[in-house]
Amino acid sequence: MRPFKYDRAKKSNDATKMVASNKNAKFLAGGTNIVDLMKENVERPDALVDVNNLELKQIKSMGSNISIGALAKNKDTANHPLIKQNFPLLTQAILSGASAQIRNMATNGGNLNQRTRCVYFYDTATPCNKREPGTGCGAAEGLNRMHAIFGYSDKCVATHPSDMCIALAALDAVVHVEDEKGNKRKILFGAYHRLPGDTPEKDNNLKHGELITSIEIPKNKFANNSYYLKVRDRASYAFALVSVATGLEIKNGIIRKSRIAMGGVAHKPWRAMIAEKELIGKKPSQKLFERAAKMEMERAKPLEHNKYKVTLGERAIVRALKMASA
Amino acid sequence: MKELNEGFESYDLVMHEDEMFLCEELTEDEEKLLDELGIHGASRRKFLGQVGAAGFGMLAMQVLAQQDTLAAEGLVDLTKSEPVSIENAVNVNMRINGVRKSLKVDSRMTLLDALRERLGLTGSKKGCDHGQCGACTVHVDGERHLSCLTLAATCEDKDIKTIEGIGDEKNLHPMQAAFVKYDAFQCGYCTPGQICSAVALLDEAKKGEVSYETENISAKTRPVQLSDDEIRERMSGNLCRCGAYPNILKAIKEVHTGKAVAQTWNFSERLDDIAENYEQEDANDETV
Repeated sequence: MRPFKYDRAKKSNDATKMVASNKNAKFLAGGTNIVDLMKENVERPDALVDVNNLELKQIKSMGSNISIGALAKNKDTANHPLIKQNFPLLTQAILSGASAQIRNMATNGGNLNQRTRCVYFYDTATPCNKREPGTGCGAAEGLNRMHAIFGYSDKCVATHPSDMCIALAALDAVVHVEDEKGNKRKILFGAYHRLPGDTPEKDNNLKHGELITSIEIPKNKFANNSYYLKVRDRASYAFALVSVATGLEIKNGIIRKSRIAMGGVAHKPWRAMIAEKELIGKKPSQKLFERAAKMEMERAKPLEHNKYKVTLGERAIVRALKMASA
Repeated sequence: MKELNEGFESYDLVMHEDEMFLCEELTEDEEKLLDELGIHGASRRKFLGQVGAAGFGMLAMQVLAQQDTLAAEGLVDLTKSEPVSIENAVNVNMRINGVRKSLKVDSRMTLLDALRERLGLTGSKKGCDHGQCGACTVHVDGERHLSCLTLAATCEDKDIKTIEGIGDEKNLHPMQAAFVKYDAFQCGYCTPGQICSAVALLDEAKKGEVSYETENISAKTRPVQLSDDEIRERMSGNLCRCGAYPNILKAIKEVHTGKAVAQTWNFSERLDDIAENYEQEDANDETV
């Protein structure tokens, strides 16, 4: 690991100022991803600003919405009564990710900003446009079994690693951020993470020095009909090959509103909007789910080693919808 | 080096052939290394005698192994052996197994390295050093964390408990006793992490915390008893290369339920469960 200066911030404004004033500085929250990446020499900040002491840990009702603090731990978020009752989908998604130890350390803001687990991104001996822009993409023609089938570019085929974010995408969350001048802005979850395009080094639309302060989730009626399905190489503690977060609002046996987001298939949480639309105004049935899933997955463009994700994704959508509507 | 040679005979009346190299000049790096290890005067000579056979070229390679041995023998008080110069030094005060410790650490030092290399607490193990194996699991403010992904600098005012604080040979924690009873290890390298993790798991279950295996997460009732699959899921952050999982599960189950778990050697049991589940799901599929 390269040497870096370490500072503990007492106020969010101190933290944003410290990071904004040094283009090689980064925030440090739970550290579960950045410390590892620094050991691997993938992240090379010359200063870390520890934000763990900031008062951004609250989980509370805000009018009809619920706000979760950026520095609340993943474990505490998943177990909070407001989340378990209103958004069991989020609880399930968080608990499907990582291990108990990591969920105890990792924060919500950090979860949004974790980086891809593409092996070429991690291996500094291989080319990677995300790690070193302009060096090429090792995965496009390489071992791409774990990689994207939607929305990738010739510059990058990596996938977004979070489970929590897949649920947040299905829940129409809003990310609250603050910069060094105290300016606050809200970013719709769908606009927070980016597709790789020509700048895969940018995972999200945060400006340097901007800090996530909280994540707001609008109340919805999905609580009784939601499900997070994660398909992975082993039963626990592995990243998703494909995951599906679903929320349905069913009234008098008819689907009034639907949300489907997928993990493990794109550079950002992938909203399956074609499938979502197909479900509206119809009775839940196996046939409907199969049709909707097929319509969505027909758009997939698999790489050499991940063709299986198209069939798997289709079946995962059907299974998740069945679980949610049961 | 001059000092070292003076009175050398008094350390060992007969100088062995393989110790002759000691008369050669130590390089600056070697001097520094011995200083960093906190080995001075007579201890230094004894240490050099111990590593003599391997020669100085091997010294650096032996340092890690020697440190543990020396710490165990009480030859070195690692807490007093601050490296000569520390880049980006951070002062940290933490409570470790109930004892206040103040350390000056390099900002890069992980909690795991601080415990092992600076405090002589070598119970916590470095398995993968990347947060994938759980061998380094310790309790931070009562919760299980990975010490390999925790920077020591971030531990100001934290209460840290390692396997050394869970129990000792005379007063085993019930979980330690159960691990012994059920033979829940082979090589034992992952065991301190497994036990720290399992102790925290019991506490999490008592608080009613849910897992991905929990059937109804919205239910307000606290799970009284964890199923085998619940325990497996909740322990998935601790890998065991020897594959002692069935016995680890039994040990945790006994402490969790308070009842002895019978040894069963029926390997087909779980396969039957799985087959049954599939049949059940197929039946469900038809009804949707």
